[in-house]
Amino acid sequence: MDNNIIRFTYNVDGTDFTSAGQASVMLKKNLRQLGISPDTIRRASIAMYEGEINMVIHADGGVAEIEVSEECITIMLKDSGPGIKDINQAMQEGFSTAPDDVRSLGFGAGMGLPNMKRYSDHMEIESELGVGTTITMKINI
Amino acid sequence: MTVSEFAIKHSLKTLCLPDDREITGGYVGDLLSWVMGRAQSGDAWITIMSNQNILAVATLADVSCIILGEGVTLDEELIKTANDKGINVLASEADTFKLSAMLACEL
Ligand SMILES: Nc1ncnc2c1ncn2[C@@H]1O[C@H](COP(=O)(O)OP(=O)(O)O)[C@@H](O)[C@H]1O
Ligand SMILES: [Mg+2]
Repeated sequence: MDNNIIRFTYNVDGTDFTSAGQASVMLKKNLRQLGISPDTIRRASIAMYEGEINMVIHADGGVAEIEVSEECITIMLKDSGPGIKDINQAMQEGFSTAPDDVRSLGFGAGMGLPNMKRYSDHMEIESELGVGTTITMKINI
Repeated sequence: MTVSEFAIKHSLKTLCLPDDREITGGYVGDLLSWVMGRAQSGDAWITIMSNQNILAVATLADVSCIILGEGVTLDEELIKTANDKGINVLASEADTFKLSAMLACEL
């Protein structure tokens, strides 16, 4: 890779829960084409998937913007959903406001945000009630 | 041991096997975030979940195969998708405890 920053943008459809994850699977493919190591790809794409699922479950979809530089992968997830009331609480393992139909599919374990933190080297959440949420994650290469 | 060797030895049904590979460990779970947080690349993932989302999880977590227990199977449509995505899927009438025990013997 040269000094250029490579950018990808994916729209995350908030209406179709069953096919959620397409953007993350695409990201995985794109990162593989860039020759990034399997472990880094795995961390980036799982972190992105958890964020993507959250946008679908909790925020009616949004946009994922990815930047790949020589040093790191930056994943920015933006939505115009309800926002997160208490970020510290949301970050706790097991905390979830997911509805029952989502739980019956195996989601809503309250481990999404903790996984995103675990798999990224840096994570920042900006959220405003009634306005939306932006989550930025950096994964070192 | 590879996925196909495991299936044959323990008489599991092979729903699809597009990318036979080595099983290097195992993980059992139905809560998808737990699987993504804890399963390791190369693990055989034992679950009773059979919705479309397990295919994305298997791809991203890079498990060597999905093993469906308790007589659970995948819809034809999803088997086709799994095949296209290179995800190996086995199925069995055995419960997840017995499947875990079978797997543990081989690791
Ligand atoms: N993009 C988002 N918009 C609004 N709320 C969110 C968003 N992401 C997460 N949350 C809130 O944070 C909680 C915890 O998220 P997470 O750890 O992913 O668990 P889960 O998705 O299983 O509920 C969610 O239940 C929800 O209340
Ligand atoms: Mg979540």
